[in-house]
Amino acid sequence: MAEVLVLVDHVDGQVKKVTTELLTAARRIGEPAAVWVGDGAESGRAALAEYGAEKVYVATAELNDHVVAPKAELLAKLAQDKGAAAILVSATAENKEIAGRTAVKLGSGVLTDVVDVNADVVAEHSIFGGATITHARVRTGVPIVAVRPNSVPAEAASGAAAEEAVSVEVSDAAKTARVVERVNEEQGERPELTEAAIVVSGGRGVGSDDFSVVEDLADSLGAAVGASRAAVDSGWYPNQFQVGQTGKTVSPNLYVALGISGAIQHRAGMQTAKNIVAVNKDPEAPIFELADYGVVGDLHKVAPQLTEEIKKRK
Amino acid sequence: MNIVVLVKQVPDTATERKLNADDKTLDRAASDGVINELDEYAIEEALQLKEKHGGEVTILTMGPDQATDSIRKALSMGADKAVFVNDDALHGSDSLQTAYALAQALGTIEYDVVVLGSESTDARTGVVGAALAEYLGLPQLTFARKVDVDGSTIRIQRQTDYGYDVVEAQLPAVVSVVEKINEPRYPSFKLIMQAKKKPVDKKSAADAGIDTARVGLANATTETVDFDAAPPRAAGTVVKDEGDGGAKIADFLVEKKFV
Ligand SMILES: Cc1cc2nc3c(=O)[nH]c(=O)nc-3n(C[C@H](O)[C@H](O)[C@@H](O)COP(=O)(O)OP(=O)(O)OC[C@H]3O[C@@H](n4cnc5c(N)ncnc54)[C@H](O)[C@@H]3O)c2cc1C
Ligand SMILES: Cc1cc2nc3c(=O)[nH]c(=O)nc-3n(C[C@H](O)[C@H](O)[C@H](O)COP(=O)(O)OP(=O)(O)OC[C@H]3O[C@@H](n4cnc5c(N)ncnc54)[C@H](O)[C@@H]3O)c2cc1C
Repeated sequence: MAEVLVLVDHVDGQVKKVTTELLTAARRIGEPAAVWVGDGAESGRAALAEYGAEKVYVATAELNDHVVAPKAELLAKLAQDKGAAAILVSATAENKEIAGRTAVKLGSGVLTDVVDVNADVVAEHSIFGGATITHARVRTGVPIVAVRPNSVPAEAASGAAAEEAVSVEVSDAAKTARVVERVNEEQGERPELTEAAIVVSGGRGVGSDDFSVVEDLADSLGAAVGASRAAVDSGWYPNQFQVGQTGKTVSPNLYVALGISGAIQHRAGMQTAKNIVAVNKDPEAPIFELADYGVVGDLHKVAPQLTEEIKKRK
Repeated sequence: MNIVVLVKQVPDTATERKLNADDKTLDRAASDGVINELDEYAIEEALQLKEKHGGEVTILTMGPDQATDSIRKALSMGADKAVFVNDDALHGSDSLQTAYALAQALGTIEYDVVVLGSESTDARTGVVGAALAEYLGLPQLTFARKVDVDGSTIRIQRQTDYGYDVVEAQLPAVVSVVEKINEPRYPSFKLIMQAKKKPVDKKSAADAGIDTARVGLANATTETVDFDAAPPRAAGTVVKDEGDGGAKIADFLVEKKFV
């Protein structure tokens, strides 16, 4: 069975959940082979084995010293050397860029933001803010598919996860954009927005830059916090938490919208959530068209009560 | 410093968007065309770079006839001139073919920096900037939320999930921008009038050096197999808060095993 390369997302040796989802999807197509860039592969190996990785290719952290291009060289080389049947990456901004450059090198094609992929590497997209479903495939070369987090449920299956170091001679052409500094901005303890299983978002209805009503509910659920553009533009919450067409796309198991009207541009970023809960004082708010459960009321009353109830029932 | 801004015309997201039943490409006639929102930020950044460092700002658009409206709008924001690549052979090009075609067209223009949006609102692949850098063999400075040029050195803050990376390169370079970078200006009446007289150089694929065997639907690297309207979400429950709204949501979350 041909290998399917899966680019691993990890933080300090901890494998992100989306990688276990990708390994699950890869097993439909062929034999999953994880591609690890940087340190910590030893501590991540067990998680990769648990989700069926037969191999783990490990490349050094130096590949991160320049923007995107070195990782594309790595994937292209591995795909050629191993005769890979497909390459799967998570649909993060950077991974989509890696996918694009790899596809140019391999003369193949790339499918981005897919929500499902089958054994023949036909991928499902949800487009136009969730209004239309398409199926697409790559016509030439090794298909490269960027899959949204939380789209394919992870299922365990044991694999050998045999480690193999790969050395790539990064070309000068791939070293033109040098990372001179990495800056961590306050993230707190909350899960990363695009990966979180639960997202609680606040909109203009929150009414001020005191977002604690949203944050408290999020923390009771172990959720990430998001915001509508109206809230971000008002300066109530930082830009990197914006959900929607010009912000992040999230696909969590549960999305809670507090004081968000549900404009099409907001829906573009959250419509593929599996469950949607909305609190809005306007019964006509379009968000209720999407909601699996909605409460017409004042979020400043409903959300704190919900937070208390969750703490009680945990 | 000469700057080229890549501007894509996209259907207005406020209108209903559709695919063509026959060839499964975007139905660009079904909705009004507007400048891709992030491209306005790209234009603004280019204008600010010009204000600091001099030079000319050229708009480069590839698209159907009606894209001229977006080109005029871009010129009325203050860009100096435009190159419009317009050819039926380009219809249905995917993200990589688009990057290839734009790379070829850039070969006919003199520039130090190429600025583009980090993502379009219609196809939303976010791949063009990276693929373009690959085709051109130029530094990839994408997802920029701040840009500084000092002599031949360019430095950006690249937005990441954890904050940002400071990335440095030598010109020429490809820069894509995120929304945080600036606040696009509105065209003034004077600029709108001037824009009508600014030169728009219309090029066929051949004029732009594009090999038509490598672009368009027939040669696309990807193919849409089928499409359909998304199944409507099953109607949910909406209740009025009678003082127990929070508890009721908690019941729902327990039922769904989130608590
Ligand atoms: C719903 C939908 C889904 C699609 N999915 C895929 C897919 O999965 N894979 C694939 O290969 N193709 C796909 N395509 C086709 C293709 O991606 C686009 O139509 C292509 O022309 C540009 O890609 P983009 O808009 O996603 O670029 P992005 O990378 O999102 O755009 C970034 C920037 O590139 C510049 N730019 C893009 N196009 C132009 C242009 N024509 N002229 C000037 N500047 C431009 C703009 O500055 C823009 O802000 C899809 C198309 C549609 C309509
Ligand atoms: C090109 C473009 C791109 C865009 N991209 C994005 C994007 O990425 N993300 C995004 O979110 N938007 C985006 N927008 C903006 C979008 O159109 C909406 O304006 C925005 O989503 C509105 O945010 P909101 O729902 O918080 O505010 P509003 O639409 O003002 O809604 C506020 C809601 O809160 C309710 N409310 C008020 N007070 C209370 C209370 N005390 N309790 C309960 N409910 C209350 C109101 O009834 C109302 O429904 C974009 C727009 C354009 C044109």
